[in-house]
Amino acid sequence: MSKTSKAKKKWNIDDIAKWGPGRHELGATIPESGNADDYETGGWRSERPVRDREKCNDCMICFFACPDSSIRVENGKMVDIDLEHCKGCGICAQVCPRDAIEMKNEIIACKLEEK
Amino acid sequence: MARKAITGNGAIALALKQVEPDVMAAYPITPQTEIAQNYAQFVADGAVKTEYIAVESEHSAMSAAIGSCAAGARTITATSSQGFALMWEMLFIAASLRLPLTMPVITRALSGPINIHCDHSDSMGGRDCGWIQLYGEDAQEGYDNAIQAFRIAEHMEVRLPVMTMIDGFIISGAIGPVETLEDADVKKFVGEYTALNPLLNVENPVTVGAFDSLGGWYFEHKVAQNRAMDNAMKVIEEVGKDFGSLSGREYSHFKTHMIEDAEIVLVAIGSAAGNVKTMVDTLRGEGKKVGMLKVRTFRPFPYKQIRQALSNACVIGVMDRSDSYGAQGGPLFTEISAAMFAGETRPKMFNFIYGLGGRDIFPDDIRGAVETLEQAAAGEAVSQTRHYLNVREG
Repeated sequence: MSKTSKAKKKWNIDDIAKWGPGRHELGATIPESGNADDYETGGWRSERPVRDREKCNDCMICFFACPDSSIRVENGKMVDIDLEHCKGCGICAQVCPRDAIEMKNEIIACKLEEK
Repeated sequence: MARKAITGNGAIALALKQVEPDVMAAYPITPQTEIAQNYAQFVADGAVKTEYIAVESEHSAMSAAIGSCAAGARTITATSSQGFALMWEMLFIAASLRLPLTMPVITRALSGPINIHCDHSDSMGGRDCGWIQLYGEDAQEGYDNAIQAFRIAEHMEVRLPVMTMIDGFIISGAIGPVETLEDADVKKFVGEYTALNPLLNVENPVTVGAFDSLGGWYFEHKVAQNRAMDNAMKVIEEVGKDFGSLSGREYSHFKTHMIEDAEIVLVAIGSAAGNVKTMVDTLRGEGKKVGMLKVRTFRPFPYKQIRQALSNACVIGVMDRSDSYGAQGGPLFTEISAAMFAGETRPKMFNFIYGLGGRDIFPDDIRGAVETLEQAAAGEAVSQTRHYLNVREG
């Protein structure tokens, strides 16, 4: 059996913008998990999923289908959509059996939100 | 230690068996087939605990090897020619992920026309894929390099994949004498494998192969790769010395023969070095000041050491077993020329391309090359830089 290198704690990337060749993990490996949360991809979105609470029965199909884990769930209920990470792919709207999610133009949705 | 009569492929398969890596992912291709076949037999016989992955192509072989190595296993593969070409994009991935894979390459021509015989088109074409490249002259060097490759690749200041070449058929299929080491000595020499940031370490989950977007660190990672090559220059020598202590056969980046007072030096790589050495001895017997330099390490290229070694030569003839279409000469020629350019005195440089697609090279061909070099040494004009040996011009 092969040995493994010692596990590391938290990856400190405070000044990563300045990192030279010697500072990185070999092979561009990212030595910790769960940091996709730090990368806000909501800005990629051109269409926003808007959920109709009346139609939704918290079946969780959108939760399983969402590729970005952007369906927020608390106590077995779909609470809302994490717009900081949702890329607007529309899969949730496509899979919803009750047509409770509608994809709306992001600019229009933003303007509605401002009002 | 034991002295065996064995094929080049057999010797390499034995070396790999003695190391007994965790995983081999390989696809058989002429003239490498015997390595894949022998190793699969060792696995089937229970002689090794290696997991053998029978893949459906070389692209898959290299992909599986990359996955396995990234997961944390000491991993090997082997290939030739079209198989090497099919691995192409994955070769770069293996190097850039800094995975210490090792791979014997049994050199063979690339199609077309379809040709299964020896030349260096495959490995020389892959000289910029980021792998360390060691070329062996005979089965003994194939065996020795295959073992040393693990120590070099896995060195923490290197962590780059290593390919070790022997000439297809000429060495891979011919039976020759090989001094083999004891299994325990080989295992002790390569040591226990330490995986760096392995995917299967659940204590420390990692991401391998993430996207590096615009404004990212691609450039810095490439520089790091090349600095690892710089480090490899030293590590290859250290490992070669250690191997010498174990086996009595010490290795460095290249070997020289009669170059101290040589006016004319032939540079060779691979199995033809033996023919060149014999011809050098014959010509010395005729009173001619001829010498030879045999290149072992092609990547990283030991340009400083070679420049130093060749500093007394007036005329250098570089022998390439592959061509570089549209270039001044073959890959070895352009490397040696570049190395010599920075010297205080520049020798006259000529290129002799030979053996493409397995074309034989005869002693008289080498003698003819030396005659051309003698003309240049005497100050006579030699119209061409690039010459082809034993090519039909009917």
